[in-house]
Amino acid sequence: MFGQHSNQPRENHPRENHRRVNHLRANYRRENHRRVNHLRANYRRAATGLTVLGAVALLAACGSSGSGGNNGNSGGTPSGGVPTANLPVLKHIGKGEGQLNLIAWAGYLQPEWVKPFEQQTGCQVNAKYANTSDEMVALMANGGGGQYDMVSSSGDADLRIIYGGDARPVNINLIPSWKDFFPQFQSPPFNTVNGVHYGVSLQWGPNVLMYSKKAFKTAPPSWDVIYSKKYKGQITVPDNPIQIADAAVYLKTHDKSLGITDPYELTQPQFNAAVKLLADQKPLLKSYWALASQEISAFKNGDVILGAGWPYQVSALEGAKFPIGSTIPSEGATGWADTWMLASKAPHPNCAYMWMRYISTPKVQAQQAVSYGETPDNKLACAYMNKLQAGSCAQYHANAPATYLNSIALWKTPVATCDNGKPDCMPYSDWVTAWNTQIK
Amino acid sequence: MTEQIAGRPAAGGAWSKVGAALWRRPWARATLLLTPPLAWFLVIYLAALVMLLITAFWETNPFTNNLEQIWNLQNFAQLFQTPAYRSVILRTVGMAAGVTVADGIIAFPFAYFMARVATRQTRTILYVAILLPLWASYLAKVYAWQLVFTRDGLLNWSLAKVALGPLNLINTNWAVFIAFCYIWLPYMVIPVYAALDRIPGSMIEASQDLGGRTWRTARSVIMPLALPGIVAGSIFTFSLTLGDYITPELLGGTNSVFIGSVAYDNFLSNNIPLGAAMAIVPIAIMVCYLLGARALGAFEDL
Repeated sequence: MFGQHSNQPRENHPRENHRRVNHLRANYRRENHRRVNHLRANYRRAATGLTVLGAVALLAACGSSGSGGNNGNSGGTPSGGVPTANLPVLKHIGKGEGQLNLIAWAGYLQPEWVKPFEQQTGCQVNAKYANTSDEMVALMANGGGGQYDMVSSSGDADLRIIYGGDARPVNINLIPSWKDFFPQFQSPPFNTVNGVHYGVSLQWGPNVLMYSKKAFKTAPPSWDVIYSKKYKGQITVPDNPIQIADAAVYLKTHDKSLGITDPYELTQPQFNAAVKLLADQKPLLKSYWALASQEISAFKNGDVILGAGWPYQVSALEGAKFPIGSTIPSEGATGWADTWMLASKAPHPNCAYMWMRYISTPKVQAQQAVSYGETPDNKLACAYMNKLQAGSCAQYHANAPATYLNSIALWKTPVATCDNGKPDCMPYSDWVTAWNTQIK
Repeated sequence: MTEQIAGRPAAGGAWSKVGAALWRRPWARATLLLTPPLAWFLVIYLAALVMLLITAFWETNPFTNNLEQIWNLQNFAQLFQTPAYRSVILRTVGMAAGVTVADGIIAFPFAYFMARVATRQTRTILYVAILLPLWASYLAKVYAWQLVFTRDGLLNWSLAKVALGPLNLINTNWAVFIAFCYIWLPYMVIPVYAALDRIPGSMIEASQDLGGRTWRTARSVIMPLALPGIVAGSIFTFSLTLGDYITPELLGGTNSVFIGSVAYDNFLSNNIPLGAAMAIVPIAIMVCYLLGARALGAFEDL
């Protein structure tokens, strides 16, 4: 390379020097470029292999989620039949599996009755608390099931879980205390389809009006207070689309021209009126609570004096010595009837049956009723309730539930087909949309 | 070269054969080396994200909420045609921008002091002070602000001491704003500090030698050199605010629905397609933001 230059004078001309450097640079660049290209080609081939690998994985993921999606009933109405109706039921309860995974409402798995169960059966209870019915439906469906054994869902979620294929038939003969249930709760339409049980009923109760006794000497007689400008900025209500039914309960009394009969079966004009009531209520609210603990701390911190809530928050605040009151105002209230539903892929079926058998017995029913402030389904629980807390049987109407039941509109899933068979009612999906886009 | 080595007699059994085979095929070697990390990246990270993006184009059964693979753009139409969701998106972007600007204003003098004024010891102390809150749980910090803002909380107690009226900040977007500014501040201070620390002192001296007063030096020398740091910090504060739902949930009120809250609510109630569509919105906004940041030269030093 330098041979060519050896004929030239020794002292290099600057330009000559420059050219040589450039030449070297070009060479280096070319060499470098070739090497880089070579590497690049290698990486490209490697990358092709990896892309194929990734695509396969992706397809596998699509495939599995696809089969999950097809589990459901695609008709959009419960008419398609229950996909799990023909699954075999347990003939007799065998040896416990040592674990039990439960999805529950806050306050439903207190050590008071869970600890003795664990000691008796050796089934360790693992709790997952959910805040809304929608969340319970989602938890039962997630990952195609198989993670949880049971859920303590309410009447508005049960049929969605059943028709979604996430609950399985229960052999009710294995639960002796079921015979002692009030007849309304033995085979209620929200957890029993065509005579097949998908769980065992638990307890029921009202969504109450909570008030701070610091602000109210006596219980407010009407739900008026939570729709009134007088208490602006001191009210909290649940962040839950089913709250539209609460507005409907109120309107049933206060706007007779709407002709509301069932707060879960609303025609378009009735629905619009309820949505408008709640949209007008929004500026009066301090907050929508999503977790029971949020409502408890809002009362404790003095941020609110009125709230729609569950008896659980009331007993928690009472436990914290806060002057809380609760009432079912004259218009009546919405409420719930809960069921321990058995998951279609329950990994610990024996422990699940032991739990259903245990939770239905009069003593445990009484413990939960008094602790939470709700009404047991087992009519023998009354005596035990009075033993735990004098007068509690009558307080929670466990002796004569039929009349009390009439004042409470139990949660159920709103569907498009009204009770009269006409397709005039607003389905739950419209409730969710209205809640998220017109009210909140 | 390759032929020479391949021609040698095999020194030791199967392993050397494998080694030799790999040496002859560099692409196989690269594949072997890159498969584990890239597979992890593709399968765990990208596949999950891609699945989410795909889900946004599906819908759910209105009764059971089960996923149904019917391709459509309904979810996006719903997001952009519903006034409520449009205002959620605007509110979130506004909040993210507000938090970013406020954090920038707080962080710049702080970082400047740390980088150019403070002694070595003070700098260490400030550095620890800025990093310390990052080691505490996010939830603990948000709940701490809840205790400050509530009606009977620390703020009103202090205001009462100096005879000022109670300020009801809890369950307002101001509470959310203040908490966001506090929580994301370290993510702004650290990149700005790094940028300021790298400015050679000679440049500032040169500016002064050329007659640049304090303000002129700050504007023409320090700011342009610190800009990549500020933009890098703003990417953190902006994107973190854009996706958060916990702070609005715990401190916000009835008007504190943000993009993250809508996505969270929909995932929780199993309307995954709508949640996924909402989750794509901040991704799209961040892509625009990053393109803007690149135009400002934030990535030139990478």
